Amino acid sequence: MKITREDVLRVAELAHLELTPQEVELYRGQLDEILNYIGKLEELDVSNVEPMTQVLFTGAGSPAAALGAAKEHPELRDDTLRPCDVADAILAQAPEAAKPFFRVPKVIDR
Amino acid sequence: MTAATSWTIAGVRSALEARRISARELAKEFYTRIERRNPELNAFLALSPDRACAQADRVDANVARGEALPPLAGVPIAIKDVISTRGIRSTCGSKILEDYVPPYDATAIERLEAAGAMLLGKTNCDEFAMGSSTENSAYGAVRNPVSLDRVPGGSSGGSAAAVAAGLAVAALGTDTGGSIRQPGAYCGIPAMMPTYGRVSRYGLIAFASSLDRIGTFAGNVADAAAVMAVIAGHDPNDSTSAAVPVPDYGAEIEKPIRGLRIGVPEDYFGEGLDTEVKAKVEAGIALLERLGCRRIPLKMPHTDYAIATYYIVATAEASSNLARYDGVRYGLRVPGSTLIDMYRKTRERGFGPEVKRRIMLGTYALSAGYYDAYYLRAQKVRSLIARDFSDAFQKVDAIITPTAPTPAFRLGEKTGDPLQMYLADIYTVTGSLAGVPGISVPCGKTKAGLPVGMQIFGSHFSEGRVLQLAHAFEKAGGAAI
Repeated sequence: MKITREDVLRVAELAHLELTPQEVELYRGQLDEILNYIGKLEELDVSNVEPMTQVLFTGAGSPAAALGAAKEHPELRDDTLRPCDVADAILAQAPEAAKPFFRVPKVIDR
Repeated sequence: MTAATSWTIAGVRSALEARRISARELAKEFYTRIERRNPELNAFLALSPDRACAQADRVDANVARGEALPPLAGVPIAIKDVISTRGIRSTCGSKILEDYVPPYDATAIERLEAAGAMLLGKTNCDEFAMGSSTENSAYGAVRNPVSLDRVPGGSSGGSAAAVAAGLAVAALGTDTGGSIRQPGAYCGIPAMMPTYGRVSRYGLIAFASSLDRIGTFAGNVADAAAVMAVIAGHDPNDSTSAAVPVPDYGAEIEKPIRGLRIGVPEDYFGEGLDTEVKAKVEAGIALLERLGCRRIPLKMPHTDYAIATYYIVATAEASSNLARYDGVRYGLRVPGSTLIDMYRKTRERGFGPEVKRRIMLGTYALSAGYYDAYYLRAQKVRSLIARDFSDAFQKVDAIITPTAPTPAFRLGEKTGDPLQMYLADIYTVTGSLAGVPGISVPCGKTKAGLPVGMQIFGSHFSEGRVLQLAHAFEKAGGAAI
């Protein structure tokens, strides 16, 4: 058993999840089984492997470049102001709002 | 069961042009079908008849004026509920977004409507696209139209079931680890996941941002190609969308496949593969050989590590992406005595068990002391899996595998065992991690009449090649093999 009850409670706290006692026991067992399975990654020697931090690669030598990917950076645009008059539409979805704010329970005691 | 009239995109177009039917009448026909079949299938969560009819009127006005019709004019399309639609409730299959109405459209939606498509409504799915059976929806499971006691696959089970039952001509789904291809296989229809970055994710409600892709289900491969042609392409609103030219998929699929090298990795045909599925996919490969393809045996040695890698990478990203559901800006709020108390109560009540499980797993993998052992290691193994693919594509033009290890399983069969459920994606997650495109194409049926899917992977941005092979396979009778 790798995962303890305390591990589950610690992770639930980090993730802002309030679990019932039954959920704590259920997830403890299931996470334990899943992490045991995931342990198979330890079989591989990855000491000389770079982590894959980028999925979309369009640089020189990439398949995308060979297909005519734009050479400049299309993900960058000119730093110009654009109208963004969406506050009303966004606040309309809020559980509680007082324009221009979202309302939440009191955060600071004084 | 297929519907009495099986509409295709070309069929819709010629019927409209010949004025045999109006777009209005077509929309009505599809809503009648939905009304009849949806109570048992549970494929649709919301319908948007006002929006579909407004679009139908525009198309009918085009026809009346004798104007050239846009490529998807009057085509009835269903949309997975994780894709934002302005003014139409978008729940992601979750209670936490039960009343959420997006203030904007996803780019893929804008493009479909600009091309004349009629949006019928939103389809059911596993909560936040987390699942392989569509049993994790907060709004009830979807049933497989081929066999009602079976799951349609997941997470895009509602979209797959809608197209397979003739309730939409095509549908959008999303694929993070197999969520388009696997339900396509289970429901017996073509199902395409494009290259990562090929279709804009703007407006796709995020699960795992380095894996999520929007793709399509259709009744045939040519229709899948037609939808892909509309939704593919660079979008300035998605910084991970690729500025790579989009070829004419309609022309690409007609190219001859003779002489193409198809790689068959032995690692996808080992233990755990159902014998009937194996026999059908072997027969499918033999058919491609008869059509002039050259079979090349492959080894992709890291295949067996893909599920473990995926369930670290995807859950880590999910734990971060789903932190936004806190009851502050949108969605459910459960009152609490403090801000933190409100977050915790909201998330406890709003999320279902699978979402909580994955948030927990991802949070654990990213937490202090475990990051190197889990997340960093998984990112390194992801590089090895991607290298398996790039090495293979030095030798072959496409890779052929089964889409899923078994045909559709029974409802309830795997809900008690998350790990067994995860293993239903064992052949699809590899391509998800590598970022390459893949399609599942119907490849015969088991003795019990359940569809089998054959998966075709291509190299990055080779959707045209993947569709071309799938189209030739379908034309040669692959679905009845």
